[in-house]
Amino acid sequence: MILTNIESVPGMKITGHFGMVSGSTVRAKNFVKDFGAGLKNMVGGELKSYTELLEEARKEAINRMIQQAEKVGGNAIINVRFATSAITSGAAEVYAYGTAVKVQPIEG
Amino acid sequence: MGDLLLILLILIITYFTGSILEKNHFKKIKAREIALVKKPVVSFGKKLTTNKKIKKVEFVTGEVVISGDYFKNFVSAFRNFFGGRMVSFESLMDRARREALLRMREKAKTADIIVNARLESTMLNICEDNSNNLIPQVAVIAYGTAVTYER
Repeated sequence: MILTNIESVPGMKITGHFGMVSGSTVRAKNFVKDFGAGLKNMVGGELKSYTELLEEARKEAINRMIQQAEKVGGNAIINVRFATSAITSGAAEVYAYGTAVKVQPIEG
Repeated sequence: MGDLLLILLILIITYFTGSILEKNHFKKIKAREIALVKKPVVSFGKKLTTNKKIKKVEFVTGEVVISGDYFKNFVSAFRNFFGGRMVSFESLMDRARREALLRMREKAKTADIIVNARLESTMLNICEDNSNNLIPQVAVIAYGTAVTYER
């Protein structure tokens, strides 16, 4: 599966569109990590456990989007975007969306 | 009286920890940006127009969560009352965005160009009653399409 966030896949041509596909996830860390982050919050700096959380959430959202694209028969997703929102303290929602397409390499 | 002293102590400690951490972070960011200065990142347009042969296209992301500190939050409450630039939070946002961009660029070290770089940010620390005394935690995702040319 090829992902891009531009209107095309460079070096390939689009032969079919399958409409929008999306994937979302809401994730939280356990209370121990929340407590640790709360302490770190006082001192300032990067909150590593929350960065991890965001990374996991992003991977999960992309995976769900890819699954959906495979189901409709696409082999690439173009114009991928992210939307994030904070639902409650210590939890992150990541929503990924894009257009599923079929691409093939340009000959010559 | 004891409470007041405790708050004062926390303020003094977090002033030093916060500013030292920030200074070191900015130093690191600067060094990494200089190392990557020859790798272009562009955010204009959604089309890639080039005559070169393309070898590989990859979707790259970089994410970071950075928090402010107790001292900054305390000081910014006064600034919010009188109005004006909140310098302490400006530097926080700046740091978070630059760090996220750098992480994205470091994942695409072998690529020639990153097109259509985008930044998405959110606050993780929110509360239901809007009491406004929570220390901000800013989460930033940077993403773009890394393109490698055929040589």
